[in-house]
Amino acid sequence: MNEFEDIKKIIIKKPLKLDCGVTIVDYPLAYETYGELNQDKDNAIMVFHALTGDQFASGKNPVTNKDGWWSYVIGPNKALDTNKYFIICANVIGGCMGSYGPSSIDKKTGKKIGINFPVITINDMVNAQFNLLDHFNIDKLFCVTGGSMGGMQVLQFIANYPNKSKIAIPIACSASHSAQNIAFNELGRQAIMADENWKNGNYELENKSPAKGLSVARMAAHITYLSKKGLQEKFGRKLQERDKIKFGFDADFQIESYLRYQGSIFVDRFDANSYLYITRAMDYFDLSKNSKSDLSEVFKNTRTKFFIISFTSDWLYPTAENREIVIALNAINADVGFLEVKSDKGHDSFLLDVPDFLNALKNFVDNSYKK
Amino acid sequence: MKEEFKIIANSIQREKSILDVGCGDGELMKFIYENISKKIRGLEISKDNVQKCIRKGLTVIEGNAEMDLQQFPSNSFDYVILSQTLQAFLNPEKVISDLLRIGKTSIVTIPNFGFWKVRFNLLFKGTMPVTKTLPNEWYNTPNLHMCSIKDFVNFCNDRKINLFKSLALTNNKVSSINKFNLNFKNLTSELGIFLIEK
Repeated sequence: MNEFEDIKKIIIKKPLKLDCGVTIVDYPLAYETYGELNQDKDNAIMVFHALTGDQFASGKNPVTNKDGWWSYVIGPNKALDTNKYFIICANVIGGCMGSYGPSSIDKKTGKKIGINFPVITINDMVNAQFNLLDHFNIDKLFCVTGGSMGGMQVLQFIANYPNKSKIAIPIACSASHSAQNIAFNELGRQAIMADENWKNGNYELENKSPAKGLSVARMAAHITYLSKKGLQEKFGRKLQERDKIKFGFDADFQIESYLRYQGSIFVDRFDANSYLYITRAMDYFDLSKNSKSDLSEVFKNTRTKFFIISFTSDWLYPTAENREIVIALNAINADVGFLEVKSDKGHDSFLLDVPDFLNALKNFVDNSYKK
Repeated sequence: MKEEFKIIANSIQREKSILDVGCGDGELMKFIYENISKKIRGLEISKDNVQKCIRKGLTVIEGNAEMDLQQFPSNSFDYVILSQTLQAFLNPEKVISDLLRIGKTSIVTIPNFGFWKVRFNLLFKGTMPVTKTLPNEWYNTPNLHMCSIKDFVNFCNDRKINLFKSLALTNNKVSSINKFNLNFKNLTSELGIFLIEK
């Protein structure tokens, strides 16, 4: 990890009381923007990133040198058109791309915070990012959007600030993290913590890295982002640079090699403790609490217009869970639209070139801005 | 725009809230949105149609009326529209009761199976009817529960549903249906348009 000297950052002076009880203050929040804020300041869109995303939603990520995670969505004439809109995306607290997280330096000790970082929630992430409205002197956003954990932040944003965005587009998410999703996150965390180099979270102090554990966590998670059909079509039983199986535990199959590669590149850009903290925040996310009526209650003060999007082959955040949000909003007569996009690309569909998704998003955003 | 849509739109007061059930590509919704009330939402089963509605700037929920109407709260809309869709439901009775619950007024239109051309088809040709308002063959029709204007009127009467306005449409000409001309209108009308309340 480098020290991210060149990336944009604000230091938030306003104390933030976290759900766990700890108050943080004077903490950094790293962000990136695309497009220009207009004079009326009515064209700002806040984009929230998913578990392993960061503020570099579009263009080249200067740290990884790869395309931003939402390059298909954000750019000139794209669904979120940078010729029209001013797009803000921040690295969540708990993250590892310059915002306050486990890999930040503790001013008192001069060392990385590591496992002494407080446990955070989606609510905390959203409250931290809300400070960016003040920073840009924006009274009300035009739109909040994001997929997966980004979608959860959209829901939390509207719950906390019912009339601070004209429209809200939660994509491929849930109002309440399911047992299955908690289970997958726990699998990832256990893989990290089982790595002897994790050192009870203090690996940085010993100059170690639980790369194997983090890599396995990523491999397991990666499977959940794809669909069975997508995997079968892309890999099937194809062999990796060989004609025959080798009767060993090398990567005989292309799918094995692919997952190993995904795991190996992930550890270069992501901090293992961040992975623990952020997955935990997702697990704690539950706007429904005990019942559907609770979820409706959360949104009862909002006049925001919602558009919820799910994907047919997403089994991690399936349509039924997205529909729960629609039902809760309908129950309070909120202004809500919903589309389930047909796609074989699984949960990852929201990050990929899926024309039906990109068109629907663009049409909804552009039409909502006109009015 | 279809004459049927004009009649429906004319039945709606300004700035009232409307739910269009089975809104199709949003043609009627768009007209109402631009001319009568911005407070309009749609429910539509086809993904392609939902996309078309979004392109028109309309708020639409992809869903199936038979399953998804139950999520709407009681009396949440001033009007609920159901245009030529009733006959395609597995359980039209349940759908009507949901419409009456959700909307203060429901506007229901049906292709009339009592229309003389329909009767003529079956009576003289001996084949299932194919007409302008019933364009499909028996093997590919989405229609499960066809009814005539008279059937619908009887249905409302039996259930004490307040049927406070009944219109008939033939060749773009609209006329009123009452208990004296019911048999005649049932024979001569292509489409029935009904305003009902609980």
